[in-house]
Amino acid sequence: MNQTVRRIVALAGVSAGVIAARRIATRQAGNGTAGQVPDRWHTVTVNRPPEEVAPEGRLPEPLAGLGDAVEVRVRLAPGGRGSELAARLRGGAPAGVAEAVARVAGSDPRQDLRAALRQSKQLLETGEVLTPDEPPTTRRTLPLELATRRAGGEGRL
Amino acid sequence: MKALVWEGVNELAVEQVPDPRILNRQDAVLKVSLSSVCGSDLHQISGYIPFMRAGDVIGHEFMGEIVEVGPDVQRHRVGDRVVVCSVIACGRCWYCEQGLFSLCDNGNTNPAITESLWGYHPAGIFGYSHAMGGFKGSHAEYVRLPFADQIAFPVPDEVDDTTALFASDSAPTGWMGADLGGVRPGDVVAVWGCGGVGQMAARAAMLLGAERVIAIDRFDYRLEMTEREVGCEVLDYEKTDVDAELRDRSGGRGPDVCIEAVGLEAHTPGPQYRFEQVKQQLRLETDRPHAVRQAILSCRKGGSVFVLGVFSALVDKFPLGAVMNKGLTLRAAQQHGERYIPMLLDRMAKGELKTAHLATHPMPLDEGPRGYDLFKNKKDGCVRSVFHPSA
Repeated sequence: MNQTVRRIVALAGVSAGVIAARRIATRQAGNGTAGQVPDRWHTVTVNRPPEEVAPEGRLPEPLAGLGDAVEVRVRLAPGGRGSELAARLRGGAPAGVAEAVARVAGSDPRQDLRAALRQSKQLLETGEVLTPDEPPTTRRTLPLELATRRAGGEGRL
Repeated sequence: MKALVWEGVNELAVEQVPDPRILNRQDAVLKVSLSSVCGSDLHQISGYIPFMRAGDVIGHEFMGEIVEVGPDVQRHRVGDRVVVCSVIACGRCWYCEQGLFSLCDNGNTNPAITESLWGYHPAGIFGYSHAMGGFKGSHAEYVRLPFADQIAFPVPDEVDDTTALFASDSAPTGWMGADLGGVRPGDVVAVWGCGGVGQMAARAAMLLGAERVIAIDRFDYRLEMTEREVGCEVLDYEKTDVDAELRDRSGGRGPDVCIEAVGLEAHTPGPQYRFEQVKQQLRLETDRPHAVRQAILSCRKGGSVFVLGVFSALVDKFPLGAVMNKGLTLRAAQQHGERYIPMLLDRMAKGELKTAHLATHPMPLDEGPRGYDLFKNKKDGCVRSVFHPSA
């Protein structure tokens, strides 16, 4: 990779690290505990009515697969936008250094939760979960490869 | 199969890569007949959008023949001649239902990257970096089409391949700028950039009833082509005071609608150009927005500015004061192509919208690196290099 691009990716990595560290620090300051924090609601709006999102209380398969680890809420979205499908971890989420390590390792439970919400929305709206092109490239490009491998479970959701 | 791949900043090569295959039930596989370069490819190639991986297949403006369909594809059959929208949209989320296809919730398989950059993720785009899903591009013999029923459109028999090709991206992008910019009969419209998208925006403004359309560039051959093929007025910004000329041609009011079709690598006349480049290199800004600044300053009070050119992140010296105090409407988007392509194909069939002249340099895919050199460096009167993968 060209040096300029490497520099940009490195800068982006450092910036993301600083932002993550600030978020973690803020969370810890508010919560007072290191290691685990209560999870917030993660929400997607699904362009289907609530009775189709959870018919007779049955959750979409990706969320149902998380079992009792998550708490789920479905409510009517305003303005004809369908349903608000929300979920959060029952047992709390890793914080501080544990969070950073878990996110890089792909073991932060919020990654599974975000991926399940996104997949549920896709299944309900389109009938399938869109698969990334395979193989993604003909070369190994590690920093971006790591970012794309985690892309379904990270982000602001 | 053979494909044109990004190897690193400003490095392209034609290589053998794995054939695409059906991965989802709504997929199809297309044999690419024609695939065009686009100005926005240059931002990826030059490293301004640092989400490319070595080995990525580039290209997003294309048409061809369906050669395989997944079991849930209903609108297409093997052998169909189709043009494919560059934007990968599901057609069923709330954004798609509003006609805002490039904001699709379900078309981008790497949502975290753009959520971190921009707050929310837009749709996927073929061959347009891993920020937009990492989908393989169209400069190849074959390409996988996710959501094939939603993004591929049959080409009418009366429309030839080269004309139809530009219904994939340039024509709908240009049309969107005029449509969502709010062009109405009697308007004066200014368009920055006389590349493929700028020419299509100018033509769209004319077809929507604008009284005067003025396109702006600095390359003689592009200005001449725009005047000749589109039929609008033109201005060379290196030879005239654009702001004064636009005032003069709009009764002192300024254009009602200003459409920017230049993007993040804008050229600036005079020494400011080097200043912008230095700022970009020092990361004081990621994008050079000269044409957007000029569009905002030239636009009439209460007018509309539409940004069609691609921008990645941050700009410096953005005239927000002018936007606020002149009461401007500022809009932008990647193209909502699925909204316009059927209508554009109809207009092409009727002869109202001509596009084939944009393909100044047709060539085999093997000559892809040369095609981009001609296009990027404005050599030999190049407006668009168009690749024939099967040639």
